[in-house]
Amino acid sequence: MSLELKSVSHVVGAETYLDDISVTLNQGSFNVLLGRTLAGKTTLMRIMAGIEAPTSGSIIMNGVDVTGVPVQQRNISMVYQQFINYPNLTVFENIASPLRLSKVSESEITKRVKETADILQISQFLNRYPLELSGGQQQRTSMARALVKDASLILFDEPLVNLDYKLREELRAELRTIFKERNCIAVYATTEANEALALGGETTLLHEGKLLQNGKSQSVYKFPERIESAKLFSEPPMNLVPGSLTENEITFEGSVHFPIDDSMRQLPKKDYVFGVRPNHLSLSPRDDKDIELSMTVELAEISGSETFIHVYKDGFSLVLQLEGVVDLHINSEISVYLPPNKLFVFDKSGKTVKFPSTAVEV
Amino acid sequence: MNKVQNNKAWFLVLPVFALVAFSAIIPIMTVVNYSVQDIFDQNNAYFVGAEWYREMLSSPRLLDSLLRQFGFSFAVLAIQIPLGIGVALMMPAKGRMAAVWLIIVAIPLLIPWNVVGTIWQVFSREDIGLFGWSINAIGIDYNYASSPIAAWITVVLMDVWHWTSLIALLCYSGLRAIPEAFYQAARIDRASRWAVFRYVQLPRLRSVLIIGVLLRFMDSFMIYTEPFVLTGGGPGNSTTFLSQELTKMAIGQFDLGPAAAFSLIYYLIVLLVCYLFFTIITHQDKVK
Amino acid sequence: MAEIHLKSLAHSYSKNPTSASQYAIREMDHIWEDGGAYALLGPSGCGKSTLLNIISGLLSPSEGKVLFDGVEVNNIPPEDRNIAQVFQFPVIYDSMTVFDNLAFPLRNMKVPEVRVNTRVNEIAEVLELEELLSKRAKNLTADEKQKVSMGRGLVRSDVSAILFDEPLTVIDPHLKWKLRRKLKQIHEQFNITMVYVTHDQLEASTFADKIAVMYGGQIVQFGTPRELFERPNHAFVGYFIGSPGMNLVEVERADGGVMFNSIKVPLDNSINAILNESASTNIKIGIRPEFVHVWEEPTDGAFECRLKVVEDLGTYKILSIDLDGVEFKARIEEDAPVPTDKVYISFPEQWLKVYLDEYLVDPTHDALEGA
Repeated sequence: MSLELKSVSHVVGAETYLDDISVTLNQGSFNVLLGRTLAGKTTLMRIMAGIEAPTSGSIIMNGVDVTGVPVQQRNISMVYQQFINYPNLTVFENIASPLRLSKVSESEITKRVKETADILQISQFLNRYPLELSGGQQQRTSMARALVKDASLILFDEPLVNLDYKLREELRAELRTIFKERNCIAVYATTEANEALALGGETTLLHEGKLLQNGKSQSVYKFPERIESAKLFSEPPMNLVPGSLTENEITFEGSVHFPIDDSMRQLPKKDYVFGVRPNHLSLSPRDDKDIELSMTVELAEISGSETFIHVYKDGFSLVLQLEGVVDLHINSEISVYLPPNKLFVFDKSGKTVKFPSTAVEV
Repeated sequence: MNKVQNNKAWFLVLPVFALVAFSAIIPIMTVVNYSVQDIFDQNNAYFVGAEWYREMLSSPRLLDSLLRQFGFSFAVLAIQIPLGIGVALMMPAKGRMAAVWLIIVAIPLLIPWNVVGTIWQVFSREDIGLFGWSINAIGIDYNYASSPIAAWITVVLMDVWHWTSLIALLCYSGLRAIPEAFYQAARIDRASRWAVFRYVQLPRLRSVLIIGVLLRFMDSFMIYTEPFVLTGGGPGNSTTFLSQELTKMAIGQFDLGPAAAFSLIYYLIVLLVCYLFFTIITHQDKVK
Repeated sequence: MAEIHLKSLAHSYSKNPTSASQYAIREMDHIWEDGGAYALLGPSGCGKSTLLNIISGLLSPSEGKVLFDGVEVNNIPPEDRNIAQVFQFPVIYDSMTVFDNLAFPLRNMKVPEVRVNTRVNEIAEVLELEELLSKRAKNLTADEKQKVSMGRGLVRSDVSAILFDEPLTVIDPHLKWKLRRKLKQIHEQFNITMVYVTHDQLEASTFADKIAVMYGGQIVQFGTPRELFERPNHAFVGYFIGSPGMNLVEVERADGGVMFNSIKVPLDNSINAILNESASTNIKIGIRPEFVHVWEEPTDGAFECRLKVVEDLGTYKILSIDLDGVEFKARIEEDAPVPTDKVYISFPEQWLKVYLDEYLVDPTHDALEGA
C-alpha cells in the first residue's frame, strides 16, 4: 500500500498552512516529519488521515484518489501528544475499542489485545484504568490502541514530547523494533533532529508549510540541499559564518583569511555562507591542511559524554562539540582547528553548492 | 477548516428544520405581515406600509418606556456584575463547603419568575413585609406602591437578588480554570490581593464575563414577569418597561399593527446593541 | 546570596505516614552552597518538584527544617524568602506590557519609578528583550514569555536564589540552546544561587556546576557532571545519565570475578573481597557505551560478540551488540569503521563499575559506598 500526496496545499483565510507539497510514502516505511512548531506537520498529518480535506491537490492511496473520503472510511490510526485514552474504560477495553467498532469476534479481540499489550509491555495493566497509570504507560496504551487495528497508515503527532527524557529514549527504540516487522506506513512528527536520526527511516523536512527535502534520514542529514534544511536538521545547530571566496582565499566575516581548498576552486568567486558542524571542529589539528583559528572561550558546557565550547572572535562565534569532558576557562585563548574539506558552502539564495568532501553517500 | 462532508447527516437535521420553521419562522413572518397592515378585525385589513413604524418611533410614550428600559438594564448590570464577581471570589474552591455554597448560590435561579415577583411584592410591603417594614422602622419613608423611586429601587433589588447568582456561577467556573502557578507566581512577586485580582483573575474572567454581560443585558432588556407581578408597571407608568408596554398595546388594546411594528423594532434594538457590544469586544481582541 | 541548608528534611502528603513509600521526600540532609548553579535531576515522580516547592516556601515540609544562611525559614512565606521561581509554562500577566510585567515585583514593593525604569531596562538588555518592552505580553512567543518570567525573578535586587521548575519544557529545541546559554551567562553575571529542576540530563549537565540526582524521594548522588558521568555512585545514576545510559548487567559471583550466562568477567581482588563480605545477590556490573572498547580483530581479553544493529546519529553511532544473550551498547565516533558481523569488545578496568545492592563498590574507601 502506498500513499501519494500531489501538490497538496491548504490555505485558510490569509494563512497558508501547506504550500504545494508532493511526496510519496511507500509500504512498510517509517517516515519522520521534521519541522519547527507551526511548520505544518499536524496539518499535513490531518490531511493524510482524512480529518481535513486540502484546499487543493490530491491524495492517492494505492492508486485510488481518496481526497474527499472522510477519515472513518480510511484505515488509519493516530497517536497524539496528550495521552488520549477513554478514562472510563479499562486498558483492555481501551485497546479493544477500535476492534469492537469493526465487529470482530470476541475471541479474536482478546487475542489481538493481548498480543499488542505484550508488544508494548503493558500486559500487567490490562485491568487498570488509564488515569491510574504513569504518563509513559498511558501513552503506551494509546499506541496499543493505534496498533491493534492493523491500520495501513499510522500517524504519530509528537507522541513522546510529554514524557521524560529517558522514557523517550526507551520508547523510541521500541517503536523502531515494532515497525520493523510491519507492513503499514508510519508517519512520525517531531521537532527534534536527534529523534529523526535515532528513528531512521525516511525524513521529510517541513518549514513554514513548504517541503524542503525528503529522503533517507541519514542522507538528508548529510546532504542538506538548502541552508534552511541544514539549520533544521542539526543538533547542536550548525555553525554558520558569512564570508566570501576569491581566487586564492576563503574569507570569514571579512576578518579571517586562509588559503582556498582545492575542492572549492571551481566555485564562482563571490559571497557565500560557510557551514561547519560543531563536531568537526577540534582543539588539535588532524591534518596539516586544517585551518587554525585563534578564538576566545565564551562558555564551556559539560554534559559528561561530550563538551560544548562556545568561542568567539572578531565578529563571529562558533560552537565546538568535543568528546568527553574538556575543562576550559572563560576568556582563555585557544586554537580551534577547522578542516576545510568539511565545510558546507551555501550561496546567497540558500542553495548548497558544496558538501563536505568526506561525506559518504548512505 | 473544511470538514470532509458527510451529506447523509442533513436528513437527520430535517425534522429540526421543520419544527423551527413552524414554531419560529412562520410566526415571525406573520408579525412582519401584521406590522405593515391596519387591522380592524379578521376580515378588514389595509396595507399601510411603514406608517406604524413611523408612529411608533415618534411616540413619546414608547420613547419614555425605551429610556426607562435602558436605565433599568444599565442599573441592573452595574450592580450585578461586580457583585457576582465578588460572590464568586468569596466562594470556596474545593471541599464539602464548596458544594453547599454552590447550591445556596443557585437557589434564586431556580425559582419561577412570577413567584420571584410575588415574594418581593410581599417582602417589600410596608405593613407585613420584612424588608418594607424594617426600612420604615428605621425612619425612611418607603412605599413602592406610591413612590416611583421606591418602586424602582425595589424592582432593581429584586432583579439583583434573582440574577446575580448567574454571574457568580459563571465567574466561579472561570476562576477554577486558572492554573495554580499563576497564584504562586503572584505570591512570589509580592502582589497585593487587589493586584492579584486585577492582573491575574480579572483578565482570565474576560470571556466568561462577556457571556454573562450579553445574557444579562438581553434578559433584562426583555424583562416582563417580575416587574409586572411586583408593581404592575406602577405607580403610574414609572416602572412600565418595554415588554409591558408592548403587551398592553397588543393584547390590551388589540392594536395588532402597531404592536407588530413595535415588537420588530424591539427585536432589532436588542440585536443591534448585542452586535455592537460583541463587535467592540472581539475587535479589541484582534487589535491586540 | 544564600546558602540553603536542608536539615533532616522529609515530606509526606499523608497525615500519619507509616511506611517509607508514603513519603514524597525521604529524610535528607543537604547543603546548596551560596552562588552555585545546581540541577535537581530525576524522573517524573521522584520528588524534585516537591523539593523545589519546599525550598521556595510554596509547600511546608512535614518534617525537618529549611535554613537560609543558617536561619530557619520553615514558617516564612515565599514572598519573604527573597527567592524567585520560574515555572514550567510561562506565567505572565496577559493584560500588561512586557515592561509592566518586569516592573510588577518592584512596583509591588513601592520602589521609586526612576529606579524601576533603570532596573527594568538593565534586565531587558541582559535577556535581549529591549525591543519587546512596549509589546503586550499576551502576544509573545513561548520562549519570549519564559524570558519575561525569568526577568521578573532577576529584576528584584534582593533575590538570593532563583528556582527553575523544568522551564524549557515548552520551548522549541532550536531555541533551547540559546536559552540555556542565556541562563548560564546570567549565572556568571549575577552570581546568584540557582536551582534547576529537570528530567533531561543534557540540560542538567550543561547548566549546573553540580547535579543532585533524585530517585524515589532521595538524593542518590550529588556531584559535578563529570563525576556523575565517570563515577556514578548508584546504579540509577549510571542508567539515567548519558545517552544512552550505562550498560547494566546482573551478575553472580564467580572465581576471581563475576559472571553472567557463560561469560566470566575478571575483577580486581579488592573488589572481590568486598563482594565476598556480603551475602546479597544483587550484584550488577556497569559500563558506559562510550567506554566499551570495540575491536575489529580478536584481541586478548576481548569477548567475541554479534553485531545486531547500528544506529547512525549523525555525530556518533551506537552499536547494539549481543554478548551471549545480553545486549550491550557501544558508542563510536562518526567516522570510525563499523564492523560488519562479528565484533570484539572489552571492558577497560578503570571504567567497569561494580554495584552491590545498587551502590558502587569502591575499594578505595574502607566501607561500602553509601549516599
